[in-house]
Amino acid sequence: MPSLAGLFFWMNRKIENINKITITKPLKLDCGKTIKNFPLAYETYGKLNENKDNAILVFHALTGDQFVTGTNPVTNKEGWWVTAVGPGKAIDTDKYFVICANVIGGCMGSLGPKDTNPENNQPYGLDFPVITIKDMVKAQESLLEHLGIKKLLCATGGSMGGMQLLQFCATFPDKAFSAVPIACSSSHSAQNIALNELARQAIMADPVWDNGKYVSKNVQPKNGLAVARMVGHISYLSEKGMQEKFGRKLQEKADYEFSFNADFQVESYLRHQGYAFVERFDANSILYITRAMDYFDLSKQYKGGLVEAFKNQDTKFLVISFSSDWLYTTKENKDIVIALNASGADVSYSEIITDKGHDSFLLNEPEFLKILKGFIDSMYEKFKNEKRI
Amino acid sequence: MKSLKMKKEFKVIAELLPNNTRVLDVGCGDGSLMNFLKEEKNIEVRGLELNQENVQQCIHKGLPVIQGNAETELHQFPDQSFDYVVLSQTLQAFYNPEEVLKNLLRIGKAVVVSIPNFGYWKVRMKLLFFGEMPVTKTLPNTWYNTPNLHMCTIKDLFKFCYEKNINIKQVVGVNEDKTSLIKKNNLEIKNLFSKLGIFLIG
Repeated sequence: MPSLAGLFFWMNRKIENINKITITKPLKLDCGKTIKNFPLAYETYGKLNENKDNAILVFHALTGDQFVTGTNPVTNKEGWWVTAVGPGKAIDTDKYFVICANVIGGCMGSLGPKDTNPENNQPYGLDFPVITIKDMVKAQESLLEHLGIKKLLCATGGSMGGMQLLQFCATFPDKAFSAVPIACSSSHSAQNIALNELARQAIMADPVWDNGKYVSKNVQPKNGLAVARMVGHISYLSEKGMQEKFGRKLQEKADYEFSFNADFQVESYLRHQGYAFVERFDANSILYITRAMDYFDLSKQYKGGLVEAFKNQDTKFLVISFSSDWLYTTKENKDIVIALNASGADVSYSEIITDKGHDSFLLNEPEFLKILKGFIDSMYEKFKNEKRI
Repeated sequence: MKSLKMKKEFKVIAELLPNNTRVLDVGCGDGSLMNFLKEEKNIEVRGLELNQENVQQCIHKGLPVIQGNAETELHQFPDQSFDYVVLSQTLQAFYNPEEVLKNLLRIGKAVVVSIPNFGYWKVRMKLLFFGEMPVTKTLPNTWYNTPNLHMCTIKDLFKFCYEKNINIKQVVGVNEDKTSLIKKNNLEIKNLFSKLGIFLIG
Protein backbone atom coordinates (compact mmCIF):
# COMPACT_ATOMS: atom_id res chain seq x y z
CA MET A 1 0.00 0.00 0.00
CA PRO A 2 1.66 3.28 -1.05
CA SER A 3 1.62 6.09 1.46
CA LEU A 4 -0.85 8.85 0.83
CA ALA A 5 1.97 11.31 0.18
CA GLY A 6 3.45 8.88 -2.30
CA LEU A 7 0.08 8.46 -3.93
CA PHE A 8 -0.29 12.19 -4.34
CA PHE A 9 3.13 12.44 -5.84
CA TRP A 10 2.29 9.68 -8.26
CA MET A 11 -1.05 11.26 -9.14
CA ASN A 12 0.56 14.63 -9.65
CA ARG A 13 3.07 13.10 -12.00
CA LYS A 14 0.29 11.55 -14.00
CA ILE A 15 -1.57 14.86 -14.01
CA GLU A 16 1.50 16.44 -15.60
CA ASN A 17 0.88 14.32 -18.68
CA ILE A 18 -2.75 15.20 -19.34
CA ASN A 19 -4.00 17.64 -22.01
CA LYS A 20 -3.96 21.22 -20.87
CA ILE A 21 -4.07 24.67 -22.29
CA THR A 22 -2.78 27.75 -20.56
CA ILE A 23 -5.35 30.50 -20.64
CA THR A 24 -3.37 33.70 -20.97
CA LYS A 25 -6.37 36.01 -21.30
CA PRO A 26 -7.10 37.45 -17.82
CA LEU A 27 -10.33 36.10 -16.36
CA LYS A 28 -12.09 38.47 -14.02
CA LEU A 29 -13.82 36.33 -11.43
CA ASP A 30 -17.19 37.14 -9.87
CA CYS A 31 -15.44 37.61 -6.51
CA GLY A 32 -13.52 40.55 -7.99
CA LYS A 33 -10.11 38.91 -8.33
CA THR A 34 -8.50 38.19 -11.69
CA ILE A 35 -6.64 35.07 -12.72
CA LYS A 36 -4.42 34.74 -15.77
CA ASN A 37 -1.95 32.31 -17.30
CA PHE A 38 -3.76 29.44 -15.67
CA PRO A 39 -4.06 25.83 -16.78
CA LEU A 40 -7.31 24.28 -18.00
CA ALA A 41 -7.15 20.52 -18.36
CA TYR A 42 -9.40 18.81 -20.88
CA GLU A 43 -9.96 15.61 -22.81
CA THR A 44 -11.51 14.95 -26.19
CA TYR A 45 -13.03 11.82 -27.73
CA GLY A 46 -13.78 11.13 -31.39
CA LYS A 47 -12.81 13.38 -34.28
CA LEU A 48 -13.80 16.91 -35.13
CA ASN A 49 -15.08 16.79 -38.70
CA GLU A 50 -14.13 19.17 -41.48
CA ASN A 51 -17.21 21.37 -41.08
CA LYS A 52 -16.63 21.49 -37.32
CA ASP A 53 -20.32 20.81 -36.78
CA ASN A 54 -20.11 17.63 -34.68
CA ALA A 55 -18.69 18.99 -31.43
CA ILE A 56 -20.42 18.21 -28.13
CA LEU A 57 -19.29 19.86 -24.92
CA VAL A 58 -19.90 17.92 -21.71
CA PHE A 59 -19.85 19.71 -18.35
CA HIS A 60 -18.94 17.50 -15.43
CA ALA A 61 -20.57 17.36 -11.99
CA LEU A 62 -19.15 18.11 -8.52
CA THR A 63 -16.76 15.18 -8.24
CA GLY A 64 -16.33 14.50 -11.94
CA ASP A 65 -13.43 15.36 -14.20
CA GLN A 66 -12.58 15.60 -17.89
CA PHE A 67 -12.29 11.83 -18.30
CA VAL A 68 -15.82 11.20 -19.49
CA THR A 69 -15.39 7.74 -20.97
CA GLY A 70 -12.77 5.07 -21.60
CA THR A 71 -10.22 4.64 -18.83
CA ASN A 72 -9.27 7.56 -16.65
CA PRO A 73 -5.44 7.55 -16.95
CA VAL A 74 -4.97 9.00 -13.47
CA THR A 75 -7.24 6.69 -11.47
CA ASN A 76 -7.21 3.76 -13.91
CA LYS A 77 -10.97 3.55 -13.41
CA GLU A 78 -13.72 3.86 -16.00
CA GLY A 79 -14.72 7.37 -17.10
CA TRP A 80 -17.67 8.75 -15.12
CA TRP A 81 -20.13 8.79 -18.05
CA VAL A 82 -19.12 5.61 -19.81
CA THR A 83 -22.81 4.59 -19.91
CA ALA A 84 -23.71 7.49 -22.22
CA VAL A 85 -20.53 8.42 -24.09
CA GLY A 86 -18.41 6.19 -26.31
CA PRO A 87 -18.41 4.35 -29.62
CA GLY A 88 -22.01 3.38 -30.47
CA LYS A 89 -23.34 4.91 -27.25
CA ALA A 90 -26.05 7.58 -26.90
CA ILE A 91 -23.39 10.23 -27.42
CA ASP A 92 -21.59 8.32 -30.14
CA THR A 93 -17.88 9.12 -30.31
CA ASP A 94 -17.69 7.40 -33.72
CA LYS A 95 -19.86 10.24 -34.96
CA TYR A 96 -19.31 13.15 -32.61
CA PHE A 97 -16.36 15.01 -31.18
CA VAL A 98 -16.81 15.11 -27.41
CA ILE A 99 -14.99 17.67 -25.29
CA CYS A 100 -14.87 17.88 -21.52
CA ALA A 101 -12.78 20.19 -19.35
CA ASN A 102 -11.95 19.96 -15.69
CA VAL A 103 -13.59 22.91 -13.89
CA ILE A 104 -11.38 25.57 -12.38
CA GLY A 105 -11.30 24.95 -8.65
CA GLY A 106 -11.05 21.23 -9.42
CA CYS A 107 -8.10 18.92 -8.93
CA MET A 108 -7.57 17.08 -12.20
CA GLY A 109 -5.15 19.49 -13.84
CA SER A 110 -7.12 22.74 -14.05
CA LEU A 111 -6.19 25.59 -11.74
CA GLY A 112 -7.31 24.65 -8.23
CA PRO A 113 -6.56 25.18 -4.55
CA LYS A 114 -3.81 22.53 -4.45
CA ASP A 115 -1.78 24.39 -7.09
CA THR A 116 1.09 26.67 -6.22
CA ASN A 117 0.29 30.30 -5.59
CA PRO A 118 2.86 32.27 -7.63
CA GLU A 119 2.75 35.04 -5.05
CA ASN A 120 4.35 33.00 -2.28
CA ASN A 121 5.27 29.70 -3.93
CA GLN A 122 3.01 27.89 -1.45
CA PRO A 123 -0.05 25.82 -2.31
CA TYR A 124 -3.06 28.13 -2.52
CA GLY A 125 -5.23 26.39 0.06
CA LEU A 126 -7.77 28.92 1.25
CA ASP A 127 -5.92 31.73 -0.56
CA PHE A 128 -7.47 30.37 -3.71
CA PRO A 129 -10.16 32.82 -4.87
CA VAL A 130 -13.77 31.77 -4.43
CA ILE A 131 -15.04 30.82 -7.87
CA THR A 132 -18.54 30.61 -9.31
CA ILE A 133 -20.30 28.52 -11.91
CA LYS A 134 -20.03 31.49 -14.25
CA ASP A 135 -16.25 31.64 -13.76
CA MET A 136 -16.00 27.91 -14.58
CA VAL A 137 -18.02 28.38 -17.74
CA LYS A 138 -16.06 31.40 -18.95
CA ALA A 139 -12.83 29.44 -18.64
CA GLN A 140 -14.28 26.64 -20.71
CA GLU A 141 -15.42 29.03 -23.41
CA SER A 142 -11.74 29.90 -23.91
CA LEU A 143 -11.11 26.22 -24.60
CA LEU A 144 -13.65 26.25 -27.43
CA GLU A 145 -11.85 29.24 -28.89
CA HIS A 146 -8.60 27.32 -28.64
CA LEU A 147 -10.11 24.30 -30.41
CA GLY A 148 -11.51 26.56 -33.14
CA ILE A 149 -15.15 25.66 -32.50
CA LYS A 150 -17.53 28.53 -33.23
CA LYS A 151 -20.74 26.70 -32.50
CA LEU A 152 -21.28 23.44 -30.67
CA LEU A 153 -23.73 20.89 -32.01
CA CYS A 154 -24.74 20.28 -28.42
CA ALA A 155 -23.74 21.01 -24.86
CA THR A 156 -24.86 18.80 -22.02
CA GLY A 157 -24.30 17.99 -18.39
CA GLY A 158 -26.03 16.58 -15.33
CA SER A 159 -26.27 17.97 -11.81
CA MET A 160 -23.62 20.71 -11.47
CA GLY A 161 -22.84 20.01 -15.14
CA GLY A 162 -26.41 21.04 -15.95
CA MET A 163 -26.01 24.20 -13.91
CA GLN A 164 -22.86 25.08 -15.86
CA LEU A 165 -24.78 24.41 -19.05
CA LEU A 166 -27.62 26.79 -18.12
CA GLN A 167 -25.05 29.44 -17.28
CA PHE A 168 -23.20 28.77 -20.53
CA CYS A 169 -26.39 29.21 -22.59
CA ALA A 170 -27.30 32.42 -20.76
CA THR A 171 -23.81 33.93 -21.01
CA PHE A 172 -23.02 32.72 -24.53
CA PRO A 173 -26.42 32.47 -26.24
CA ASP A 174 -25.02 31.74 -29.70
CA LYS A 175 -22.45 29.06 -28.83
CA ALA A 176 -24.63 25.95 -28.77
CA PHE A 177 -27.09 24.75 -31.38
CA SER A 178 -28.73 22.51 -28.81
CA ALA A 179 -28.49 21.86 -25.08
CA VAL A 180 -29.48 19.03 -22.74
CA PRO A 181 -29.55 20.07 -19.07
CA ILE A 182 -30.07 16.95 -16.97
CA ALA A 183 -31.22 16.66 -13.34
CA CYS A 184 -30.23 20.18 -12.37
CA SER A 185 -31.57 23.48 -11.15
CA SER A 186 -31.38 27.14 -12.06
CA SER A 187 -30.70 28.07 -8.45
CA HIS A 188 -29.41 25.92 -5.63
CA SER A 189 -32.14 25.06 -3.13
CA ALA A 190 -31.91 25.45 0.66
CA GLN A 191 -31.80 21.68 1.00
CA ASN A 192 -28.87 21.42 -1.40
CA ILE A 193 -26.99 24.25 0.29
CA ALA A 194 -27.58 22.48 3.60
CA LEU A 195 -26.19 19.20 2.28
CA ASN A 196 -23.16 20.98 0.85
CA GLU A 197 -22.61 22.70 4.16
CA LEU A 198 -22.68 19.30 5.85
CA ALA A 199 -19.93 18.14 3.50
CA ARG A 200 -17.84 21.24 4.12
CA GLN A 201 -18.27 21.03 7.88
CA ALA A 202 -17.15 17.41 7.84
CA ILE A 203 -13.93 18.41 6.06
CA MET A 204 -13.28 21.44 8.22
CA ALA A 205 -13.88 19.43 11.42
CA ASP A 206 -11.02 17.10 10.51
CA PRO A 207 -7.92 18.38 12.40
CA VAL A 208 -5.73 17.34 9.46
CA TRP A 209 -7.52 19.93 7.31
CA ASP A 210 -5.73 22.67 9.31
CA ASN A 211 -7.45 25.63 7.65
CA GLY A 212 -6.72 24.19 4.25
CA LYS A 213 -2.94 24.14 4.82
CA TYR A 214 -2.64 20.33 4.71
CA VAL A 215 -1.45 20.41 1.09
CA SER A 216 2.04 21.64 1.89
CA LYS A 217 2.40 18.78 4.39
CA ASN A 218 1.48 16.25 1.68
CA VAL A 219 -1.43 14.92 3.69
CA GLN A 220 -5.19 14.91 3.13
CA PRO A 221 -8.01 15.25 5.70
CA LYS A 222 -9.31 11.90 4.61
CA ASN A 223 -11.71 11.23 7.46
CA GLY A 224 -13.53 14.50 6.89
CA LEU A 225 -13.46 14.15 3.13
CA ALA A 226 -14.79 10.59 3.35
CA VAL A 227 -17.74 11.74 5.45
CA ALA A 228 -18.38 14.54 2.95
CA ARG A 229 -18.51 11.95 0.20
CA MET A 230 -20.87 9.73 2.21
CA VAL A 231 -23.31 12.63 2.55
CA GLY A 232 -23.18 12.99 -1.20
CA HIS A 233 -23.77 9.32 -1.83
CA ILE A 234 -26.88 9.27 0.35
CA SER A 235 -28.31 12.21 -1.58
CA TYR A 236 -27.65 10.55 -4.95
CA LEU A 237 -29.90 7.57 -4.15
CA SER A 238 -33.61 7.41 -3.45
CA GLU A 239 -35.26 6.01 -0.36
CA LYS A 240 -36.79 3.18 -2.39
CA GLY A 241 -33.61 2.53 -4.36
CA MET A 242 -31.56 2.33 -1.18
CA GLN A 243 -34.07 0.02 0.46
CA GLU A 244 -34.06 -2.28 -2.54
CA LYS A 245 -30.29 -2.27 -2.89
CA PHE A 246 -29.36 -2.74 0.75
CA GLY A 247 -32.46 -3.21 2.89
CA ARG A 248 -31.27 -4.41 6.28
CA LYS A 249 -28.80 -6.84 4.78
CA LEU A 250 -25.72 -7.49 6.88
CA GLN A 251 -22.20 -7.24 5.53
CA GLU A 252 -20.67 -10.72 5.29
CA LYS A 253 -21.93 -11.79 8.67
CA ALA A 254 -24.79 -13.85 10.07
CA ASP A 255 -25.76 -11.60 12.96
CA TYR A 256 -25.07 -8.26 14.62
CA GLU A 257 -21.60 -7.86 16.00
CA PHE A 258 -22.73 -5.63 18.86
CA SER A 259 -20.05 -3.14 17.88
CA PHE A 260 -19.72 -0.05 15.73
CA ASN A 261 -18.11 -1.83 12.82
CA ALA A 262 -19.96 -1.80 9.55
CA ASP A 263 -22.60 -4.43 10.32
CA PHE A 264 -25.00 -3.30 7.62
CA GLN A 265 -24.25 -3.42 3.92
CA VAL A 266 -25.32 0.18 3.55
CA GLU A 267 -22.68 1.22 6.10
CA SER A 268 -20.03 -0.77 4.34
CA TYR A 269 -21.05 0.80 1.03
CA LEU A 270 -20.77 4.33 2.40
CA ARG A 271 -17.41 3.64 4.00
CA HIS A 272 -16.08 2.13 0.80
CA GLN A 273 -17.32 5.04 -1.32
CA GLY A 274 -15.99 7.56 1.19
CA TYR A 275 -12.49 6.16 1.49
CA ALA A 276 -12.11 5.35 -2.20
CA PHE A 277 -12.90 8.98 -2.93
CA VAL A 278 -10.07 10.45 -0.83
CA GLU A 279 -7.58 8.81 -3.15
CA ARG A 280 -8.70 10.82 -6.13
CA PHE A 281 -10.06 14.11 -4.85
CA ASP A 282 -8.75 17.14 -3.02
CA ALA A 283 -10.66 18.23 0.09
CA ASN A 284 -10.23 21.96 -0.60
CA SER A 285 -11.61 21.44 -4.10
CA ILE A 286 -14.80 20.11 -2.53
CA LEU A 287 -15.07 23.29 -0.45
CA TYR A 288 -14.60 25.52 -3.47
CA ILE A 289 -16.80 23.63 -5.89
CA THR A 290 -19.70 23.18 -3.44
CA ARG A 291 -19.48 26.92 -2.74
CA ALA A 292 -19.75 27.65 -6.44
CA MET A 293 -22.87 25.48 -6.58
CA ASP A 294 -24.42 27.22 -3.58
CA TYR A 295 -23.84 30.65 -5.07
CA PHE A 296 -25.51 29.59 -8.31
CA ASP A 297 -28.74 31.49 -8.88
CA LEU A 298 -29.23 32.27 -12.52
CA SER A 299 -32.38 34.32 -11.96
CA LYS A 300 -30.47 36.64 -9.65
CA GLN A 301 -28.04 37.53 -12.42
CA TYR A 302 -30.75 38.97 -14.62
CA LYS A 303 -33.26 41.65 -13.82
CA GLY A 304 -36.56 40.06 -14.67
CA GLY A 305 -35.36 36.66 -13.51
CA LEU A 306 -34.93 33.40 -15.29
CA VAL A 307 -37.10 34.31 -18.28
CA GLU A 308 -34.77 37.21 -18.99
CA ALA A 309 -31.73 34.91 -18.65
CA PHE A 310 -32.99 32.81 -21.53
CA LYS A 311 -34.12 35.65 -23.76
CA ASN A 312 -32.91 35.64 -27.36
CA GLN A 313 -32.07 31.94 -27.23
CA ASP A 314 -31.77 30.13 -30.52
CA THR A 315 -30.56 27.06 -28.70
CA LYS A 316 -32.89 24.07 -28.78
CA PHE A 317 -33.28 22.61 -25.31
CA LEU A 318 -34.13 19.19 -23.96
CA VAL A 319 -34.54 19.20 -20.18
CA ILE A 320 -34.51 15.79 -18.48
CA SER A 321 -35.40 14.96 -14.88
CA PHE A 322 -35.73 11.71 -12.93
CA SER A 323 -38.85 10.95 -10.93
CA SER A 324 -37.07 9.76 -7.76
CA ASP A 325 -34.40 12.49 -7.73
CA TRP A 326 -34.91 14.43 -4.48
CA LEU A 327 -31.70 16.44 -4.84
CA TYR A 328 -32.66 18.14 -8.09
CA THR A 329 -36.36 17.47 -8.26
CA THR A 330 -38.67 17.25 -11.24
CA LYS A 331 -40.26 20.47 -9.97
CA GLU A 332 -36.94 22.34 -10.16
CA ASN A 333 -36.27 21.02 -13.65
CA LYS A 334 -39.78 21.96 -14.73
CA ASP A 335 -39.20 25.50 -13.51
CA ILE A 336 -36.40 25.70 -16.07
CA VAL A 337 -38.80 24.46 -18.75
CA ILE A 338 -41.42 27.02 -17.74
CA ALA A 339 -38.89 29.84 -17.94
CA LEU A 340 -37.62 28.65 -21.31
CA ASN A 341 -41.20 28.43 -22.54
CA ALA A 342 -42.01 31.88 -21.27
CA SER A 343 -38.97 33.29 -23.04
CA GLY A 344 -40.14 31.67 -26.26
CA ALA A 345 -37.25 29.22 -26.50
CA ASP A 346 -37.48 25.89 -28.31
CA VAL A 347 -37.73 23.45 -25.42
CA SER A 348 -38.51 19.79 -24.92
CA TYR A 349 -38.88 18.06 -21.59
CA SER A 350 -39.02 14.51 -20.37
CA GLU A 351 -39.31 13.01 -16.92
CA ILE A 352 -37.78 9.55 -16.70
CA ILE A 353 -39.58 7.26 -14.28
CA THR A 354 -37.00 5.44 -12.16
CA ASP A 355 -36.19 4.46 -8.57
CA LYS A 356 -32.51 5.22 -8.94
CA GLY A 357 -32.57 8.82 -7.71
CA HIS A 358 -30.18 11.55 -8.77
CA ASP A 359 -27.57 8.98 -9.78
CA SER A 360 -29.82 7.89 -12.66
CA PHE A 361 -28.07 10.07 -15.20
CA LEU A 362 -24.83 8.16 -14.64
CA LEU A 363 -26.44 4.74 -14.82
CA ASN A 364 -27.65 2.51 -17.57
CA GLU A 365 -31.21 3.90 -17.71
CA PRO A 366 -32.47 2.73 -21.13
CA GLU A 367 -35.32 5.27 -21.46
CA PHE A 368 -32.98 8.12 -20.59
CA LEU A 369 -30.24 7.03 -22.96
CA LYS A 370 -32.75 6.47 -25.77
CA ILE A 371 -34.15 9.95 -25.48
CA LEU A 372 -30.68 11.50 -25.24
CA LYS A 373 -29.56 9.68 -28.37
CA GLY A 374 -32.75 10.52 -30.27
CA PHE A 375 -32.40 14.18 -29.46
CA ILE A 376 -28.73 14.54 -30.31
CA ASP A 377 -29.01 12.58 -33.56
CA SER A 378 -32.01 14.62 -34.71
CA MET A 379 -30.23 17.85 -33.75
CA TYR A 380 -27.21 16.81 -35.82
CA GLU A 381 -29.41 16.42 -38.92
CA LYS A 382 -30.94 19.85 -38.30
CA PHE A 383 -27.61 21.51 -37.62
CA LYS A 384 -26.07 20.09 -40.80
CA ASN A 385 -29.06 21.31 -42.86
CA GLU A 386 -28.98 24.73 -41.26
CA LYS A 387 -25.29 25.09 -41.99
CA ARG A 388 -25.84 24.02 -45.59
CA ILE A 389 -28.49 26.71 -46.05
CA MET B 1 -44.25 11.22 -47.43
CA LYS B 2 -45.75 10.33 -44.10
CA SER B 3 -48.58 12.78 -44.65
CA LEU B 4 -50.24 10.31 -47.04
CA LYS B 5 -51.02 8.10 -44.10
CA MET B 6 -52.36 10.95 -42.04
CA LYS B 7 -55.94 10.62 -40.93
CA LYS B 8 -58.68 12.79 -42.35
CA GLU B 9 -59.09 14.66 -39.07
CA PHE B 10 -55.51 15.90 -39.18
CA LYS B 11 -55.91 16.97 -42.79
CA VAL B 12 -58.89 19.10 -41.83
CA ILE B 13 -57.04 20.57 -38.87
CA ALA B 14 -54.01 21.32 -41.07
CA GLU B 15 -56.25 23.11 -43.57
CA LEU B 16 -57.59 25.35 -40.82
CA LEU B 17 -54.09 26.47 -39.86
CA PRO B 18 -52.35 29.13 -41.98
CA ASN B 19 -48.72 28.71 -43.04
CA ASN B 20 -45.84 30.18 -41.05
CA THR B 21 -47.72 30.37 -37.75
CA ARG B 22 -46.87 29.17 -34.25
CA VAL B 23 -48.91 26.20 -33.06
CA LEU B 24 -49.11 24.26 -29.79
CA ASP B 25 -50.42 20.71 -30.19
CA VAL B 26 -51.86 19.61 -26.85
CA GLY B 27 -51.78 15.82 -26.60
CA CYS B 28 -49.59 15.63 -29.69
CA GLY B 29 -49.21 11.83 -29.60
CA ASP B 30 -46.30 10.57 -31.69
CA GLY B 31 -46.04 13.93 -33.45
CA SER B 32 -47.53 12.98 -36.81
CA LEU B 33 -49.67 16.13 -37.01
CA MET B 34 -46.77 18.31 -35.82
CA ASN B 35 -44.48 16.75 -38.41
CA PHE B 36 -46.96 17.47 -41.19
CA LEU B 37 -47.51 21.06 -40.07
CA LYS B 38 -43.78 21.64 -39.86
CA GLU B 39 -42.85 20.06 -43.18
CA GLU B 40 -45.79 21.13 -45.32
CA LYS B 41 -46.83 24.45 -43.85
CA ASN B 42 -43.64 25.76 -42.27
CA ILE B 43 -45.47 26.03 -38.98
CA GLU B 44 -43.43 26.41 -35.82
CA VAL B 45 -44.76 23.57 -33.69
CA ARG B 46 -44.61 22.64 -30.02
CA GLY B 47 -46.21 19.63 -28.40
CA LEU B 48 -47.47 18.63 -24.98
CA GLU B 49 -47.76 14.90 -24.40
CA LEU B 50 -48.24 12.66 -21.37
CA ASN B 51 -47.07 9.31 -22.71
CA GLN B 52 -43.32 8.60 -22.43
CA GLU B 53 -43.22 6.41 -25.55
CA ASN B 54 -44.85 9.17 -27.60
CA VAL B 55 -42.52 11.81 -26.17
CA GLN B 56 -39.62 9.60 -27.18
CA GLN B 57 -40.91 9.36 -30.74
CA CYS B 58 -41.43 13.12 -31.07
CA ILE B 59 -37.90 13.80 -29.89
CA HIS B 60 -36.48 11.24 -32.32
CA LYS B 61 -38.26 13.13 -35.09
CA GLY B 62 -36.69 16.36 -33.88
CA LEU B 63 -40.03 17.77 -32.74
CA PRO B 64 -40.04 19.87 -29.58
CA VAL B 65 -42.31 18.28 -27.01
CA ILE B 66 -42.90 18.76 -23.33
CA GLN B 67 -43.87 15.75 -21.28
CA GLY B 68 -46.78 16.69 -19.10
CA ASN B 69 -50.45 16.55 -18.34
CA ALA B 70 -52.67 19.11 -20.07
CA GLU B 71 -55.09 18.99 -17.17
CA THR B 72 -52.54 20.36 -14.72
CA GLU B 73 -49.67 21.82 -16.71
CA LEU B 74 -51.06 24.30 -19.20
CA HIS B 75 -50.26 27.12 -16.78
CA GLN B 76 -46.62 27.01 -17.93
CA PHE B 77 -47.49 28.49 -21.31
CA PRO B 78 -47.74 32.29 -21.29
CA ASP B 79 -50.84 34.20 -22.42
CA GLN B 80 -51.28 34.46 -26.19
CA SER B 81 -47.92 32.80 -26.80
CA PHE B 82 -49.22 30.78 -29.76
CA ASP B 83 -51.23 31.68 -32.84
CA TYR B 84 -53.17 28.43 -32.55
CA VAL B 85 -53.58 25.70 -30.00
CA VAL B 86 -54.78 22.30 -31.21
CA LEU B 87 -56.59 19.77 -29.04
CA SER B 88 -57.52 16.60 -30.86
CA GLN B 89 -60.19 14.32 -29.37
CA THR B 90 -59.17 14.69 -25.73
CA LEU B 91 -61.45 17.42 -24.41
CA GLN B 92 -63.91 14.77 -23.23
CA ALA B 93 -61.21 12.98 -21.22
CA PHE B 94 -60.40 15.83 -18.84
CA TYR B 95 -61.78 16.13 -15.33
CA ASN B 96 -62.50 19.77 -15.99
CA PRO B 97 -62.89 20.41 -19.73
CA GLU B 98 -64.19 23.91 -19.14
CA GLU B 99 -61.01 24.90 -17.32
CA VAL B 100 -58.85 23.29 -20.01
CA LEU B 101 -60.69 25.15 -22.78
CA LYS B 102 -60.32 28.41 -20.89
CA ASN B 103 -56.59 27.77 -20.66
CA LEU B 104 -56.29 26.92 -24.34
CA LEU B 105 -58.03 30.17 -25.25
CA ARG B 106 -55.66 32.03 -22.97
CA ILE B 107 -52.55 30.49 -24.57
CA GLY B 108 -53.65 30.66 -28.19
CA LYS B 109 -55.06 33.51 -30.22
CA ALA B 110 -57.37 30.82 -31.59
CA VAL B 111 -58.05 27.19 -30.73
CA VAL B 112 -58.83 24.15 -32.86
CA VAL B 113 -60.64 21.50 -30.85
CA SER B 114 -62.02 18.26 -32.19
CA ILE B 115 -64.49 15.97 -30.44
CA PRO B 116 -65.89 12.53 -31.13
CA ASN B 117 -69.57 13.30 -31.70
CA PHE B 118 -71.86 11.51 -29.25
CA GLY B 119 -74.76 12.73 -31.38
CA TYR B 120 -73.73 10.56 -34.34
CA TRP B 121 -76.68 8.42 -35.37
CA LYS B 122 -75.03 5.06 -34.78
CA VAL B 123 -74.16 6.13 -31.25
CA ARG B 124 -77.75 7.22 -30.64
CA MET B 125 -79.12 3.98 -32.12
CA LYS B 126 -76.92 1.82 -29.93
CA LEU B 127 -78.27 3.44 -26.81
CA LEU B 128 -81.85 3.74 -28.03
CA PHE B 129 -82.35 0.25 -29.46
CA PHE B 130 -79.88 -1.88 -27.57
CA GLY B 131 -79.83 0.00 -24.30
CA GLU B 132 -76.06 -0.29 -24.18
CA MET B 133 -73.27 2.28 -24.03
CA PRO B 134 -72.09 2.78 -27.61
CA VAL B 135 -68.82 1.25 -28.84
CA THR B 136 -67.81 2.55 -32.28
CA LYS B 137 -64.66 3.19 -34.29
CA THR B 138 -64.29 6.69 -32.86
CA LEU B 139 -65.40 5.53 -29.40
CA PRO B 140 -63.68 2.17 -29.13
CA ASN B 141 -63.78 1.69 -25.35
CA THR B 142 -66.40 0.10 -23.15
CA TRP B 143 -68.03 1.95 -20.28
CA TYR B 144 -65.70 0.57 -17.61
CA ASN B 145 -62.40 1.35 -19.30
CA THR B 146 -63.14 4.48 -21.28
CA PRO B 147 -60.96 7.52 -20.59
CA ASN B 148 -63.87 9.69 -21.68
CA LEU B 149 -65.45 11.37 -18.68
CA HIS B 150 -67.41 14.11 -20.40
CA MET B 151 -68.86 12.89 -23.70
CA CYS B 152 -70.68 15.55 -25.67
CA THR B 153 -72.24 16.16 -29.04
CA ILE B 154 -71.44 18.77 -31.67
CA LYS B 155 -74.60 20.55 -30.62
CA ASP B 156 -73.50 20.51 -26.98
CA LEU B 157 -70.21 22.19 -27.81
CA PHE B 158 -72.05 24.75 -29.95
CA LYS B 159 -74.29 25.54 -27.00
CA PHE B 160 -71.36 25.66 -24.65
CA CYS B 161 -69.58 28.23 -26.80
CA TYR B 162 -72.69 30.44 -26.98
CA GLU B 163 -73.23 30.27 -23.25
CA LYS B 164 -69.60 31.07 -22.47
CA ASN B 165 -69.37 33.80 -25.08
CA ILE B 166 -66.71 31.95 -27.04
CA ASN B 167 -66.54 33.04 -30.64
CA ILE B 168 -67.08 30.17 -33.11
CA LYS B 169 -65.16 30.88 -36.31
CA GLN B 170 -65.76 27.66 -38.17
CA VAL B 171 -67.02 24.15 -37.52
CA VAL B 172 -66.29 21.18 -39.73
CA GLY B 173 -68.08 17.84 -39.50
CA VAL B 174 -66.20 14.73 -40.52
CA ASN B 175 -67.73 11.43 -41.60
CA GLU B 176 -65.18 8.99 -43.01
CA ASP B 177 -63.68 10.84 -45.97
CA LYS B 178 -66.39 13.43 -46.25
CA THR B 179 -66.25 16.80 -44.60
CA SER B 180 -68.85 19.55 -44.42
CA LEU B 181 -69.20 22.96 -42.88
CA ILE B 182 -71.56 23.07 -39.96
CA LYS B 183 -73.65 26.19 -39.46
CA LYS B 184 -76.58 27.03 -37.22
CA ASN B 185 -79.04 26.13 -39.97
CA ASN B 186 -77.73 22.60 -40.61
CA LEU B 187 -76.64 21.83 -37.06
CA GLU B 188 -79.39 19.26 -36.31
CA ILE B 189 -78.68 17.14 -39.36
CA LYS B 190 -74.89 17.42 -39.18
CA ASN B 191 -75.02 16.53 -35.50
CA LEU B 192 -76.67 13.29 -36.60
CA PHE B 193 -74.32 12.41 -39.45
CA SER B 194 -70.86 13.57 -38.32
CA LYS B 195 -68.55 11.24 -36.49
CA LEU B 196 -66.27 14.08 -35.51
CA GLY B 197 -66.71 17.78 -34.98
CA ILE B 198 -63.77 20.11 -35.50
CA PHE B 199 -64.21 23.59 -34.02
CA LEU B 200 -62.14 26.68 -34.71
CA ILE B 201 -62.87 29.03 -31.86
CA GLY B 202 -61.49 32.11 -30.15
